[in-house]
Amino acid sequence: MKSLMGYVAGLLFGLGLAVSGMTDPARVLGFLDLAGAWDPTLVFVLGGAVATNFVGYRLALRRPNPLFAAAFQLPTRRDLDARLVGGAALFGVGWGLSGYCPGPAFASIAGISAPLIAMLAAMIAGWFLARALSRGA
Amino acid sequence: MEWHSWLSGLVGGVLIGLAATWLMVTLGRIAGVSGIIGTLLTARPRGDSAWRLTFLLGLISGPLLLTLAGGGFGNVLGRPGAVIGEPAGGVMLMLLAGLLVGVGTGLGSGCTSGHGVCGLARLSPRSMVATLTFLMTAIMTVFVVRHLIGGGA
Repeated sequence: MKSLMGYVAGLLFGLGLAVSGMTDPARVLGFLDLAGAWDPTLVFVLGGAVATNFVGYRLALRRPNPLFAAAFQLPTRRDLDARLVGGAALFGVGWGLSGYCPGPAFASIAGISAPLIAMLAAMIAGWFLARALSRGA
Repeated sequence: MEWHSWLSGLVGGVLIGLAATWLMVTLGRIAGVSGIIGTLLTARPRGDSAWRLTFLLGLISGPLLLTLAGGGFGNVLGRPGAVIGEPAGGVMLMLLAGLLVGVGTGLGSGCTSGHGVCGLARLSPRSMVATLTFLMTAIMTVFVVRHLIGGGA
């Protein structure tokens, strides 16, 4: 049942990315290009997603626990540290170079190409590297 | 028509929000793609991997199903109805970008979905700072690539 719920969540997420145009790096880069022909589509995507989820989370978290798991697992940290800000800064550079963040990169696998394979392989390598760096620190 | 692209963005955004709410209601988890898939691949936690794998399969199958349905629902720039756009560069650029996205989201504990869609909805101060930071560096990167190096393409 957990697997089925995970699949449905992924499917909705993937459909949302596809319908909104976020599986097109040109749209994402168009949004990031404030000095060029600015494409506001991403504002509507993020706005729609955050507003929907803002209401959804408030309804969901009224329950004592999730439907198919023992407890809600929410991040509890509220402090800011260099790893958070530095990591986010590096991510932004990669996002700006490619127009891919992790969701759309994986969601675009149906249109596989050599550059996309390179993107995904390097991203996964980066996750292993970050894990090693975090352990060493 | 531009308003059509914006409307598609809004509809897709609502679907993404529903996906995040769904994952919280059913499994009590944050719908952060880098966290879900990164943990699946790098840690393979026993008893906590199957839903991550099916989430990934769902994520891939959404655009695949829309493509198989003949497109029409996509929102690719300049190709109305197409579902998946072309990469913005070659293999070398993507290797560099992918490494930065992987290391960055790994160290920063999240990406556009975990910090953006979920963290902002929770009003998390860490996610607000992370989201502002990656938006700023992404905008600066595009400015440098397109307008300083690329000559304003």
